[in-house]
Amino acid sequence: MKGFHQEKLGLSRRTFGASPYADIAEAHPISPSMALRSTDILTQTPQGLYCPLGDFHIDPVRPVKRALITHGHSDHARSGHRAVLATRETLRIMAVRYGEDFAESTQEASLGESMTLGDVTVCFTPAGHVLGSAQITIEAGGTRVVVSGDYKRAEDPTCLPYEVVPCDVFITEATFGLPVFRHPDTRDEVRKLLDSAALFPERTHIVGAYALGKAQRVMALLREEGYDKPIYLHGAMERLTEFYKSEGIPLGETPKVVASERSKLGGAIVICPPPSIQDLWSRRFPDPVTCFASGWMRVRARARQKGVELPLVISDHSDWDDLCRTIGDTGAGEVWVTHGQEDALVHWCTTHGIKARPLHMLGYGDEGEVEEAPQAGGEA
Amino acid sequence: MNRFAALLDRLSYEPRRNAKLRLLMDYFQHTPDPERGYALAAMTNALMFKEAKPGLIRGLVEERTDPELFRMSYHYVGDLAETVALIWPAPGHESVAPVSDDTPSIGHNNPPPHVPTLTEVVETLATTSKSDLPAKVAGWLDALDETGRWALLKLITRELRVGVSARLAKTAVAQLGGFEADEVELIWHGLDAPYEELFAWVEGRGPKPESSNPAPFRPPMLSHPLEDEDFEKLDASDFLAEWKWDGIRLQAVAGHDSHGRSVRRIYSRTGEDVSRAFPDLVEALNFQGSIDGELLIVREELVQSFNILQQRLNRKAVTPKLIAEFPAHLRVYDILTEGDEDLRDLPFSERRKRLEALVARIDDPRIDLSPMVPFGTWEDLAAARANPASVGAGPDADAIEGCMLKRANSPYLPGRPKGYWYKWKRDPYLVDAVMMYGQRGHGKRSSFYSDYTFGVWRDGENGEELVPVGKAYHGFTDEELVKLDRYVRNHTVNRFGPVREVEYGKDRGLVLEVAFEGLQRSTRHKSGVAMRFPRINRIRWDKPAAEADRIETLEKILERGEKEIHPLKSQEA
Repeated sequence: MKGFHQEKLGLSRRTFGASPYADIAEAHPISPSMALRSTDILTQTPQGLYCPLGDFHIDPVRPVKRALITHGHSDHARSGHRAVLATRETLRIMAVRYGEDFAESTQEASLGESMTLGDVTVCFTPAGHVLGSAQITIEAGGTRVVVSGDYKRAEDPTCLPYEVVPCDVFITEATFGLPVFRHPDTRDEVRKLLDSAALFPERTHIVGAYALGKAQRVMALLREEGYDKPIYLHGAMERLTEFYKSEGIPLGETPKVVASERSKLGGAIVICPPPSIQDLWSRRFPDPVTCFASGWMRVRARARQKGVELPLVISDHSDWDDLCRTIGDTGAGEVWVTHGQEDALVHWCTTHGIKARPLHMLGYGDEGEVEEAPQAGGEA
Repeated sequence: MNRFAALLDRLSYEPRRNAKLRLLMDYFQHTPDPERGYALAAMTNALMFKEAKPGLIRGLVEERTDPELFRMSYHYVGDLAETVALIWPAPGHESVAPVSDDTPSIGHNNPPPHVPTLTEVVETLATTSKSDLPAKVAGWLDALDETGRWALLKLITRELRVGVSARLAKTAVAQLGGFEADEVELIWHGLDAPYEELFAWVEGRGPKPESSNPAPFRPPMLSHPLEDEDFEKLDASDFLAEWKWDGIRLQAVAGHDSHGRSVRRIYSRTGEDVSRAFPDLVEALNFQGSIDGELLIVREELVQSFNILQQRLNRKAVTPKLIAEFPAHLRVYDILTEGDEDLRDLPFSERRKRLEALVARIDDPRIDLSPMVPFGTWEDLAAARANPASVGAGPDADAIEGCMLKRANSPYLPGRPKGYWYKWKRDPYLVDAVMMYGQRGHGKRSSFYSDYTFGVWRDGENGEELVPVGKAYHGFTDEELVKLDRYVRNHTVNRFGPVREVEYGKDRGLVLEVAFEGLQRSTRHKSGVAMRFPRINRIRWDKPAAEADRIETLEKILERGEKEIHPLKSQEA
């Protein structure tokens, strides 16, 4: 990676230190006479959210001049932008997926450090979604807008935890924005998998999990529960998993499945991209038990539609309670909902005296399902 | 309750019949009486709770959740019990609570929640008064986890739907003792929950329970749809043909009890006793045995359409007026037993002779024989099917929806055995319509836009406009569903809760070829017509919306179908 392209991006940098919001958190100023309206700071364009004062897009769905990227999932991080600003990990993930030349120039954003872009200040803060995921704070004229990207509050051994950033306008997703979605303790879900593996020692347990984040989280959770046998990977998982390991996340032994050896993997746990749990590839294992790690598994019909026999409710998104809690924690007086179950979350905000509107944004994991096509990892 | 809930949970994700059977047998073997008996009753739909109804559950959840959030959740999940099980707030939770001036007390000051047994649930539901019930059920819901709540609510709403038929549950019980399911079936109607006698017998601890039912239900034999390629495999000379009547399958059984009194029953094809709905037909069952046939409405010797038949069904009170207006008729096509003799092992051609003789002896205008359709080759039969009137169906031709083919040597076997009986339905009507709205589906299709409202062109005030004529939610494959769902999402112009309006007009829109079985006039629909069994026959990605059909196409079909006579119409006003 070429590294620093300050001139091209027109950036100047000023550093506040590790926790720029420490003082603000104590006396959170929701300015009574906002100098700027929130829509002056951020607008909706066909490419995605756009900041006219800073002349950049956030997670654009089409190629743009300057893109700020919240995290590496393929619906948020696309290739072909001229300049990209993101955390070091997100830039590396994009390079793993799209090749080193995924953008003309790139620049690393350090977590917690503010920088000036045109007439606004931006800052990246951990979002707890996947490795490298960040919320992006934009501040101008006394108004602060936080674009959270995708985020979760639940514990995850593979990434930094979410940090609350008090703000005037909070832009949130609502993938699981219905009160029927309450994610259970991930340890219980992983134990379900281990119990089933113990009950059917001759069968292969094939776990569908998104190649970036979910797969590595499941591996880490299995290790935390004391599972020390090799965890076998579909080829599409390999490079991202290697990247996680190179970032110092211990995942243990994770050999790639050799096609000709599949029939010998009875009793093993295999992780593959979600579409592969149903294709021919998975049928070659001995009497496979089809598992799927996803927040969608909370709804029975969803599990059955996918032919899942062992649903594991493990999600990298916030559940309903955490969405509501987070909105409250930010103290935002206004909430924009980007994608997912917008209507319910907007309704909740409205009934709790918070101004809210749905953005109905297209192109972001249409209800979370298109994320991570099997080619995402490069091969297979 | 937790054990029963765990069983239902596992069954609901288990696609394989044999694995389901193993799970059921394992449960019956390791669960004591009366708990397992109530589980069996639940799975055979033999439990009925007078006061515990879906309305009660709705009432409970509405007190505890914001109604708008509940509505959205229900539309998303597509299942009442599951929605309530998931949304049920944990003690002290606020994020789903309705925002109001004084939040209703949630009642968490009660003693610590107690997880009930299935027996306790069933017995309490049967004995608790209507006014005490909500607090009881709410207490259970507080005590149970998501799976337990789901199972409890499924039980109360009598919609287990875990892919286990009553037949499979009985099979599991029978296999505990190495018996055939039919042996359980034959004594079933004399048994009551919790079936301790039955379990004692299959486990070799007691005598075989007496069938106290002199007129028992026997599972009917069902047919397979005939596929085009079947004609090459099947020899026409091995088969006999009848008309397929557009009515409702019934089994009429008559016998004598131990006091010599006549017992007459009419069962639906699933074994539900529906005698009370058809006293006029029960009166005509002056024989000993059990016969299989089709319920029709016959006025002045003319079979009426299915639309007319529907008006006789599902009425709370069966009044003399209803009976006079919609006289029930049984058109029979098979015989299972006569007196004490079981005829089911005889070939169909032999049974047919016995049936003809029996019908002649019954000698009642309300019961007649379904005539055979003579044919030599498949081509003959295709012609007869296309034009039933041409081979003697006479004025009843409109009540025929195709042909039944039965192998002359076929025994009467319960279920849907392969290779014996085939149904060859009349070709459906087809119309090209334009998709107007998509709605999220339920059950298996939950959260897919799988229900489509479609319209045809008519002359409006501002030129041609589309008017909705129906709604369909099947006919397409799972792959097509994914494409249709995507189409709806990408062409949305308006949202109304679970419904999305899509783009349509002369120059844009998606044409759907819709197949349907019939039409009737309807004041509830803007277009004035309602379709019977509409389904998506083909998706015409290629066809411009402007070339879809006009309302006149439907009007013509309607005029053809309006031949029913309404002798008592004047009384309807």
